[in-house]
Amino acid sequence: MLFCFLVLLVFQFLGEAISRVLGLPIPGPVIGMMLLFFTLIAFPRLLAKLEHAAMAMLQHLSLLFIPAGVGIMVSVSQIGDHWLAIVVSMVVSTLLTMIVTALSFAYFQRRSSNSASDEEEHTEGDNNA
Amino acid sequence: MLDLLSRFVQTPLFSVSLTLATYFIALAIAKRFQFNPLVNPVVLAVAMIVGVLHFSQISYADYFSGAQFIHFLLGPATVAMAIPLAKQVDRLRRVLLPLGFSLVLGSVTSIVSAFSITALMHGSRELAIAMGPKSATTPIAMAIAEKLGGIPSVSAVVVITTGIIGAMVGRFVFNRLGVMSTEVRGFALGVSAHGIGTARAFQMGPTMGSYAGLGMGLNGIMTAILTPLLVPILLRLFYS
Repeated sequence: MLFCFLVLLVFQFLGEAISRVLGLPIPGPVIGMMLLFFTLIAFPRLLAKLEHAAMAMLQHLSLLFIPAGVGIMVSVSQIGDHWLAIVVSMVVSTLLTMIVTALSFAYFQRRSSNSASDEEEHTEGDNNA
Repeated sequence: MLDLLSRFVQTPLFSVSLTLATYFIALAIAKRFQFNPLVNPVVLAVAMIVGVLHFSQISYADYFSGAQFIHFLLGPATVAMAIPLAKQVDRLRRVLLPLGFSLVLGSVTSIVSAFSITALMHGSRELAIAMGPKSATTPIAMAIAEKLGGIPSVSAVVVITTGIIGAMVGRFVFNRLGVMSTEVRGFALGVSAHGIGTARAFQMGPTMGSYAGLGMGLNGIMTAILTPLLVPILLRLFYS
């Protein structure tokens, strides 16, 4: 548990350092996530050690958004007069993004698994879980 | 006595307990509704805390001075998303190409539609720029908006609200579209509704959660690359 936390903090620190040094707009934790991902692929034994604690933490990811969420409610008055434009744009754009991403992923996935089954014998069937 | 109480309120003991307690109450309510997406535990807990702060006249600054210990864990938790992802690496390899295509399409859709709709509804130039990166995670969106001349505080509000909207409507949208694949649902949630969509996906299960985490991370990077390229074109189209 504690070991897992230390590993996560070390990778966040590395990500933070890379983000600052290179002046990237991408936040440290996201870079840390990518670094840890490639590290885990290179060292699969580390994965088994971290898995349990990390999954327990991620199950309660919602909890971690609460303090920021309270801050948002407090500063909502700063939005001012254009709230209708903001709300409409937010709702419509989020729906569109979701629909385009989901449909295109499903479409390309079907196409690529069709062409893969032409070349090889097997197809993947358990995607509809 | 009152002095003692007001000092207690500023300690992490108070804010952390309040946050945890409301979270568990919110979770129990969500469970009662069989995790119906419209009953979002983040929204419920936030509403309860805002109520408590309002009635006891505690400032947000006092609350956050303690609650920042919970807020701090968002960083390591984001890094931790690499773990379920690494477990999926074999499945991931097979969907790499569809994933990449849909990421680019989703990211462009998000930036262009958020900017255009705001512009068409007579929002200001600064507002439209702030809306562009709304599907990226909060720190990315704020950094981009600031760099391009948008309003960062508006970005923060819009990004969090976008996450909540996405987490709430996801199930209905996917069912309507007939999209049943766990990977697709998770990834689309992460791309459109970043961290809060990802938190929702983890409630549904580790596979959906890890694809959402991937979508969130990749769309963060994609938005950071695409917004500075697309905004000058959109500005010329709508504001010249």
